[in-house]
Amino acid sequence: MIDRRGVMRGFAAAGLSALCWPLVARAEGLNLVTRPIPSTGERIPAVGLGSWITFNVGNDPQARDACTEVMRNFFATGGRLIDSSPMYGSAQAVIGHGLRQLGDQAPVFSADKVWIGSGARGPGQIEASRSAWNVARFDLLQVHNLLAWEAHLETLFAMKAAGTLRYVGITTSEGRRHAEFERIMRSQPLDFVQFSYNILDREAEQRLLPLAHERGIAVLVNRPFRQGVLVNALARHPLPGWAAEIDCRSWAQVLLKFIIAHPAVSCVIPATRNVAHVRENMASASAPLPDEVLRKRMIAHVEAL
Amino acid sequence: MAAWWAEWSSYRLSDFLLFSPETYFRLIELYNAAIWPAQVVAVAIGIVILMLLRRPWMMAARLIALLLALAWAWVAWAFHLGHYASINWAAPWFAAAFACQAGLLLWYGLARGQREVTPKAVRASVGQAVLAYALFIHPLIGLLAGRSVSQLGVFGSMPDPTVLATLGVMLALRRPSWVLLPIPLLWCAIGAATLWAMNDPEAWVMPAVAVVTVAALLWRR
Repeated sequence: MIDRRGVMRGFAAAGLSALCWPLVARAEGLNLVTRPIPSTGERIPAVGLGSWITFNVGNDPQARDACTEVMRNFFATGGRLIDSSPMYGSAQAVIGHGLRQLGDQAPVFSADKVWIGSGARGPGQIEASRSAWNVARFDLLQVHNLLAWEAHLETLFAMKAAGTLRYVGITTSEGRRHAEFERIMRSQPLDFVQFSYNILDREAEQRLLPLAHERGIAVLVNRPFRQGVLVNALARHPLPGWAAEIDCRSWAQVLLKFIIAHPAVSCVIPATRNVAHVRENMASASAPLPDEVLRKRMIAHVEAL
Repeated sequence: MAAWWAEWSSYRLSDFLLFSPETYFRLIELYNAAIWPAQVVAVAIGIVILMLLRRPWMMAARLIALLLALAWAWVAWAFHLGHYASINWAAPWFAAAFACQAGLLLWYGLARGQREVTPKAVRASVGQAVLAYALFIHPLIGLLAGRSVSQLGVFGSMPDPTVLATLGVMLALRRPSWVLLPIPLLWCAIGAATLWAMNDPEAWVMPAVAVVTVAALLWRR
């Protein structure tokens, strides 16, 4: 049984900066916050790139080139982890197109998912995804929304043992099936979990984030902006004075720094097809991050708007 | 059961939308450019169907059914499989449904295509109006929504106006087969849901025509 209060007291007592595992990485002059993957110690930048909707542009050559530019700027500012899924239409192929165009400029950490009801068809889907991405192997594969998770985890752990996959994870979103998610986190040797967490949707703080910290599981955070709704709603309001204390120049940066500052979060994966936005997002992966006191002020401020 | 309902009730319509409105209408733009001038031929076929409804001859319904089947088959192959599938993994299923409807229309035309058009009935007039709307007005609604001419869809090239035209034809037939109704009605729901999720102002049109069609068919019985 997790003593959440105890865990959080521990975080606060030791100071967030000591527990956040920040490491300075230099890229275009940015001091990137990175986080270790607990199962290996390998570090990844705390801001990644999602591809839900934004990268599903089909065969449109202009839109594909725009996505490539987003990826170019993502890597140029120190980004590494890109997340996708066979559920996301053409997003995997569009990422693959970008990786081919960028070549050596793309030090990608490839995070994809398996999403099919039949365990037996999982390997075929994974191979199709790998081919679309144009990578030799995936860094991370996750069971998407727990679909047929028993069979797929067996496949993924076998791939990891065979050296054709580096990390294994599971995903959910928008607070769905957290109880089952927690059971799997307790029973399986997972490297990663992915779920929704943002300044207004904080259910994960209750059990999933403390459990991930306790069991040494890296956390990817999806829907940091509630698919853009949160940023659009906040855009009508001026940035509060405390935003300057943590070097935030936009609401998007406020929202991302809030998430990154949680000590159990490894990487947040906002999706965008806008070059200015991806650079703005990447700039969020930099110190200073809000401490626990400021995080509470941030919540109170946003909830009051 | 409670857990199942709790999970599914947490989804919103927008959660099922795989692409942005910008991507969808750009896809239509590229599709229109790729098939041009097929749209002109398709609308001409639509006008022929309208003329056949207004001045029928013995085999008119048979020819109408064959022309509609051609339109449904083209939309299945060129739009759903050829273009929409690139951003929507459900598009091959849509193509299968449209191909199935083309088959049903062929069956209807061959089996029951004689003396089926009744131009003077009230229901037939409503059907002709719906068909005329599908051919000439519905494509232009997109302009009011702020889209460019290159992003408009016409009968025989895009699903929505093709479905609306088919519903209009059904109203104009003397003994429309109910077998022809499920797939167009299903598409009314899918098409409307897609537009609704994209906050498109024309989302209400397809369900409204579906309701009018079903009500008119039931009333006539």
